[in-house]
Amino acid sequence: MGVDLPILWAIIIVFGLMMYVVMDGFDLGIGLLFPFIRDRAERDLMVNTVAPVWDGNETWLVLGGAGLFAAFPLAYSVLLSALYLPLVFMLIGLILRGVAFEFRFKADAAHRPIWDLSFAIGSYVATFCQGIALGAFINGFRMNGLTYAGGAFDWLTPFSIFTGFGLIVAYGLLGACWLIMKTEDALQRRMIELARPLTLLLLIVIGIVSLWTPLAHPQIASRWFSLPNIVFFAPVPVLTLATAWAILYVLQRQPHALPFGLALFLLFLGYSGLGISLWPHIVPPAMSLDQAAAPPQSMGFALVGALFIIPIILTYTFWSYYVFRGKVKFGEGYH
Amino acid sequence: MFGLTALEMARIQFGFTISFHIIFPAITIGLASYLVVLEALWLLKQATVFRDLYLFWSKVFAVNFAMGVVSGIVMAYQFGTNWGHFSAFAGGVTGPLLAYEVLSAFFLEAGFLGVMLFGLNKVGPGLHFFATLMVAAGTLISATWILASNSFMQTPQGYEIVAGRIVPVDWVKVIFSPSFPYRLVHMTIAAYLATALFVGASGAWHLIRGRNTQAVRTMFSMAMWMVLIVAPIQIIVGDQHGENTLKYQPAKIAGIEGHWENKPGESVPLILFGWPDMKGETTRYALEIPHAGSLILTHSWNGQVPALKDFAPKDRPDSPVIFWSFRAMVGLAFLMFFLGLWSAWLRWRGDIYRAPLFLRAAILMGPSGLLALVAGWVTTEVGRQPWVVYNVMRTADAVSNHSAVELSISLILFIVIYFAVFGTGVSYMLKLVAQGPDVRGPEAEPGKIQRPSRPLSGAPDAVRPLPGGEG
Ligand code: HDD
Ligand code: HEM
Ligand code: HEM
Repeated sequence: MGVDLPILWAIIIVFGLMMYVVMDGFDLGIGLLFPFIRDRAERDLMVNTVAPVWDGNETWLVLGGAGLFAAFPLAYSVLLSALYLPLVFMLIGLILRGVAFEFRFKADAAHRPIWDLSFAIGSYVATFCQGIALGAFINGFRMNGLTYAGGAFDWLTPFSIFTGFGLIVAYGLLGACWLIMKTEDALQRRMIELARPLTLLLLIVIGIVSLWTPLAHPQIASRWFSLPNIVFFAPVPVLTLATAWAILYVLQRQPHALPFGLALFLLFLGYSGLGISLWPHIVPPAMSLDQAAAPPQSMGFALVGALFIIPIILTYTFWSYYVFRGKVKFGEGYH
Repeated sequence: MFGLTALEMARIQFGFTISFHIIFPAITIGLASYLVVLEALWLLKQATVFRDLYLFWSKVFAVNFAMGVVSGIVMAYQFGTNWGHFSAFAGGVTGPLLAYEVLSAFFLEAGFLGVMLFGLNKVGPGLHFFATLMVAAGTLISATWILASNSFMQTPQGYEIVAGRIVPVDWVKVIFSPSFPYRLVHMTIAAYLATALFVGASGAWHLIRGRNTQAVRTMFSMAMWMVLIVAPIQIIVGDQHGENTLKYQPAKIAGIEGHWENKPGESVPLILFGWPDMKGETTRYALEIPHAGSLILTHSWNGQVPALKDFAPKDRPDSPVIFWSFRAMVGLAFLMFFLGLWSAWLRWRGDIYRAPLFLRAAILMGPSGLLALVAGWVTTEVGRQPWVVYNVMRTADAVSNHSAVELSISLILFIVIYFAVFGTGVSYMLKLVAQGPDVRGPEAEPGKIQRPSRPLSGAPDAVRPLPGGEG
């Protein structure tokens, strides 16, 4: 066969994870913004903007995990074992917020504040742990050949904690921009107010990560700052600055969907920046795609399904968003 | 922690989290299909009773589904976090099967769930029915893939071992491994039975309290028909499943039967009750029926089956556990069967809705389906030990190298969070059930829709009237 299975699978997984960041990012962001909104009706409205789609959003995370398992079982086993505790905490965060979607509405009045809290805390914990996992991933893992040789707390570094906070800012911005698009009046104005500092903060976070990684990892520095790479990659930082500026600009004039689109693009740029830094290591710095790959029979079999089914999934996902398009109104009984 | 090794803690954690998880899928699978039936009847017959039932059970479904999803995500990650060596070794088979499950089932369920729960007045009745159908199909597809994966681990075939890991050579054989058809049928029926018993118990609960409305009667009657028809089928399927297991995993059957040795020329008795003693290599206090073991397992008077002593001690499953979990499952199966017969007899005599003793029995049997289902899984999984992949990889070689510290932290967290979160969730589900299906109240005028007490909750309260329908 002429196709390079590991590369194709890497693209699918990278795509799946990007879909996850894009889709579940704003949805986690809503929980992150909960502490800033006190009003019960407004909180209900916020949750109702994502209630019909959150499960689908989260499924991209499951696909990321399952795709990795199917195509790169070795990487799956090393990464998940190395990131054991952050992942366990992330899962618990996802439990706490996932059930709150239903429980918030089913509980008696006395219990409701508990589930509001559970929704917010779950969102913070899940996001923070994803950020930690990301930071630990960038830092790389201590390996002995193809097995993990590090300790239980290797993931805990100043850098990973920083990326944990960074991701909270990023998802928070996505959530705010989503709500600008889906809500009106006071709540929308509040979100516009929040989106401004979040954009600036995110820009700072991206800046610090962009300096920190090449300083700490010479191979990443040489990837970016050697000729001719620097010419090819230069658009990434330039576009990042331009996008951030555009968000701030549109926020000032009756924004609707534009901030959300731009925020997504901003995140996409950050994501590609990371991709440039790390490619083609699946367990940086020691394990490459080919080393981690499943037997070709496994990759090929799963690939047929992926290529055939993902377009269908995208179609009905799009349809579902289309059904629930437009501003969500107070008291709209669609929960 | 408590002197447990990392391996033991990893096993407890997996067993604990999956036992919690499976309860929700079982109800999800059953209710999803039930909702399809209800909506189809509603569309066909235009009778409000089916709509009321649909809206009522879809609320319960929503709470249950949310718990199924979040407990399931934990499972998908646990293969890597806890069973790293298993993942690296068998990921070439288990991974693609899980990937197919995500692609073909989880997305389908999740993608149409929003429309099913919140979209009734946004899309037409036809499209809405389609969404319900897709969610139900998703649950069954999901069961198919995950059981293919589990069955491969039980009765592996169609693979080779190359460079220290499993390489699939024939996917059809991998997916249709010998125990797969039996397990798929047995498990799907188990989910339907468990749901029918749950629905039936809630109907009986309302009937006993004098809420003898049409909706309550309809759901109770439907549930009892289901139990009557499906319980005997399950017993036959279970028997076939057991024969298949005898062929491919004889040590498991020997453990289930507490059968230690064959005396030359003698038949195998059926041990009804007793206490298998792993050290003493015998089953104590055994209450036996001569020849019955031979009859059930080999369909002959003096047939013999492999006994535990035919296997090295390190290859024997933990007999006391599976001996009793199996008996729990089978005992409950017969109770279900009798409940079904009782309902048929009462129907024939006239009225199943006003027989207090029978209604009490139906309430008591409410959780029995779920109990039998978990008992069945315990039999299957503990009976497979000491192997993860039967006769290919030992559980002890499958576990990730975590320290006991990490595992204690996560195990305690999971136990606390699961009981707190899912315990509360189940109590909310039961409260919803206790409110009863007559959302609009039996006396509400047709056409006027009463708002439920919580304006944003549950099913949509402003339901688009069906063309020509009365509500
Ligand atoms: C026979 C059925 C069955 C069995 C044995 C299992 N599951 Fe399950 N699972 C389902 C049937 C199901 C389901 C019916 O499809 C669920 C239940 C409720 C739901 O929301 O979907 C589900 C949900 C569910 C989800 C969330 C899906 C989503 O995001 O929508 C994941 C990731 C898993 N499961 C993974 C697993 C794993 C890794 C298992 C084994 C170790 C497992 N399940 C056993
Ligand atoms: C859904 C119902 C299930 C239940 C209630 C269940 C129960 C259990 C229990 C009790 C154990 C621990 C056994 C022991 O250590 O003695 C276990 C182990 C395990 N099961 Fe299952 N199981 C279920 C389904 C599955 C499925 C669908 C799979 C795979 C696709 C699976 C894979 C495993 C693995 C990998 C282990 C860990 C290794 C081991 O201890 O055997 N299980 N399960
Ligand atoms: C007389 C009736 C029954 C018999 C003879 C029977 C037989 C069996 C056997 C032999 C197994 C183990 C298969 C293996 O590990 O290879 C099993 C597993 C199981 N049983 Fe039953 N069973 C009966 C009734 C039930 C009922 C009523 C339920 C639930 C409502 C149930 C649910 C399960 C489940 C979920 C499993 C584990 C999954 C599987 O391996 O299929 N069973 N049963």
